[in-house]
Amino acid sequence: MTAGYNTISMGTGRKEFNPKKDRPGLEEYISEAGKGVLNQIGGAEKVDESFIGNFMAARYNRQAHLGGFIGMIDPALEFKPALSVEGACGSGGLALVSGIRSILAETADVVLAMGVEVQNTVKAIYGADILAGAGWYQNRKKGHAYFFPGQFSDRAGVYYEKYGYDYARKGLGKWFSNAMENARLDPTAQEFHNNGANLEEMYQNAKPNGKNFVDHLNLFDCSKVSDGASGIAIVSEEGLKRIGVDKKDAVEIIGWAQLTRNITNDPPNPVELITIKKTAAKALEMAGITIDQVGTIETHDCFSIAGILGVEAVGLAAPGKGAEFVAEGNTARNGKVPMNTTGGLIGWGHPTGATGVHQAVTIWQQLTGKAGNAQINLTAEKPYGLTINMGGDDVTVVAIVFKRGE
Amino acid sequence: MNYDERLKHVSVLGAAGKMGSGILLLTAVEMADISLKPENKGKTFVLNAIDLSDDGLAGLMDYLRVQVQKVAEKKTVWLRQMYADRADLIENYDIIEQYINDVLRIVRPTTAMETSYRSNLVFEAVSENKDLKVKILKQIDTNNPNQPWFFTNTSSVPIHIIEDEAGLKGRVLGFHFYNPPAVQKLVELIVTPNTLDDVTQFANGYAKALRKIVVPSNDFAGFIGNGHFMRDALHGINQALELAKSIPLTEAIYKVNKVSQDFLVRPMGIFQLIDYVGVDVVQFIMKVMNPFLKNEDLHSDLLDKMMELGVKGGQLSSGAQKDGFLKYEKGAPVAVYDMQTGNYVSFETFSAKCDEQLGALPKSFKPWKAAVRIPNNESHFAPYFDEMKKMQTEGATLAITYGKRSVAIGNQLVNEKVANNVQDVNTVMLTGFFHAYGPINEFFGS
Repeated sequence: MTAGYNTISMGTGRKEFNPKKDRPGLEEYISEAGKGVLNQIGGAEKVDESFIGNFMAARYNRQAHLGGFIGMIDPALEFKPALSVEGACGSGGLALVSGIRSILAETADVVLAMGVEVQNTVKAIYGADILAGAGWYQNRKKGHAYFFPGQFSDRAGVYYEKYGYDYARKGLGKWFSNAMENARLDPTAQEFHNNGANLEEMYQNAKPNGKNFVDHLNLFDCSKVSDGASGIAIVSEEGLKRIGVDKKDAVEIIGWAQLTRNITNDPPNPVELITIKKTAAKALEMAGITIDQVGTIETHDCFSIAGILGVEAVGLAAPGKGAEFVAEGNTARNGKVPMNTTGGLIGWGHPTGATGVHQAVTIWQQLTGKAGNAQINLTAEKPYGLTINMGGDDVTVVAIVFKRGE
Repeated sequence: MNYDERLKHVSVLGAAGKMGSGILLLTAVEMADISLKPENKGKTFVLNAIDLSDDGLAGLMDYLRVQVQKVAEKKTVWLRQMYADRADLIENYDIIEQYINDVLRIVRPTTAMETSYRSNLVFEAVSENKDLKVKILKQIDTNNPNQPWFFTNTSSVPIHIIEDEAGLKGRVLGFHFYNPPAVQKLVELIVTPNTLDDVTQFANGYAKALRKIVVPSNDFAGFIGNGHFMRDALHGINQALELAKSIPLTEAIYKVNKVSQDFLVRPMGIFQLIDYVGVDVVQFIMKVMNPFLKNEDLHSDLLDKMMELGVKGGQLSSGAQKDGFLKYEKGAPVAVYDMQTGNYVSFETFSAKCDEQLGALPKSFKPWKAAVRIPNNESHFAPYFDEMKKMQTEGATLAITYGKRSVAIGNQLVNEKVANNVQDVNTVMLTGFFHAYGPINEFFGS
């Protein structure tokens, strides 16, 4: 993979965001991210086919059939294969997986993989309805007004009960402050303008209140409502020559997996992300490495508790020890395994269908030294990157292991 | 008749007006919430929205829909519980739409006052005209067999006079919302010696359900809020007229407005506040109050003159500020009205000179927006005004005089037993007028 591009993640937090004014739509975001990739690979003529991940444009924007927008990016993409893929918030990851499969099948040498979501068309209370589509609709009636926060609040509640409220909130608070501090280093991040002091104190003072929101999480525990798009090129060795990009400016996919849980079942264990666990293990196995060799991870922290449970699911900490692992600073940008180094879903933003692609772009930037102010130091002992992209409540998961090209 | 039953059939008079529409909204939402309780399922609640204007009522229904939607969006968590038994309502959108429908089906917009003849409770929010109020309430009471209770939103007319003249015998009280009722937290509650305990008790319960802060005021014209504001406004006007003996009135108005806003750290200057309320409304309330006051003439020729010139201020239905003493751009004053030419004179042409004459603000100055957020802000304001007292500038002198007058007005309200205590005066000005500090304070010295 190479030539990643992220638009700004637009929404509350950005100074230029004004919900009352006209804003860019799907067309502008797709176009910007698409061109951002094409400019780095010598133009649209080099592309064999395209995939675009999107979750719910059909409801947010009353627009389905996003494959049809690929030809809008550049006339040279028209009359080439282009299709959209959907797996809720894992849609971006599915676009990547689709591209990887095509390369492996040798049906393409250069794939344009994208993701997009424009969510600020409706208020959050209606957005909650739309996002609830990532769950089983038969459960919607008994679910919370804020359906997905409700699902993860339930998970958090069990975690608090099992391992202690203060202990858990300490880890979650650290997760939040890491997210804000990392986002401040990436100009495309939604929380780039964040300048709050004493983040952890602010977090701890804002106790969850089920009367206004959900019982066990507050707004600091949640990812953002975001508009944005990301794109990246997935290429074979042949393709890399075609686009004229040096191997050192690309990352190699050395392992990947995509697993899906039965959506009509409740999670078997509320304090375990079982699908993430299985998918990450499978990807690492394919890569032939262990989690201890991974230098940085982009994980799907749609909620802070998903971040902590993700730490446990990929095997960095034993069950119940994730909060401690995070609280001790191991996942901070100067820690043992820096995670979500541009803010993740809580800090950078969560344009749902684009998130999986954004994660890959971040890992590509970090591994090739293109992360600007957000750049972390990677060591020769731990040269690998890992992305975990999740759709729904641990239903559709994509895990990818990266290393820098050589 | 318990609380819920009392609210089964209600009328709002003047429902399409600025105050009436807010009262109608709050009451409609409260009635709908009661109707959703399991024990009230199947019962029909009726809220007559009575107004003379067909156009106004059409606009009212549009306003209600938008506002109820906002209300519903904020309490969807609760609404999902209330509609838990409705298998057909699944998404938040479905539930919010149903709630809007349930609120609106309670409201009956009408120009026919006769519909109130079956109500148990009548809110009155017609023009601030005692005779009109008395006439309407008397007519309803004569024709309504339910011995209805009357809540009048008058901001100035003594309640006992309405009670006497309309023959309501203990079934009326003053329930004075602040503008806009849907937003402002303050309600002044005024009873007469005859007001029945049940009526007062209901009023307190109703205010609590609406999450209002209730301040009891005694039954004197203008009550606490206008009792302070009208005198304070008159002081500002007279201070400007005094200054105008040596400088143009336009500059004097600018100066007093600046002193009352910046030097005194209030949300807006006194002339902006008069414009906000409306020159016509201020003139009218003074006129209503004046006959009831002893040793005091609450009247301003300047306001009369502005009315003659047709410069009234007030707000457009969109909420935008109309030009009055001052001219507004995007809600902020930019020019002042010149009575002689009938034109607005831009601040830019004289503000630098006037600001220099007023002198600088004390160094410890914090603008209202910041000051109002300081907890226990006495520790900020005491040294701030101490600093000001030591300054010999025109601005400081005008501000101290102004502040002292405000203290005197506040004390007058307590001494004349309009307010029961100092705290009530301060609460009204803090919550109803968003002052950063109460008018009764020790900041200005004796």
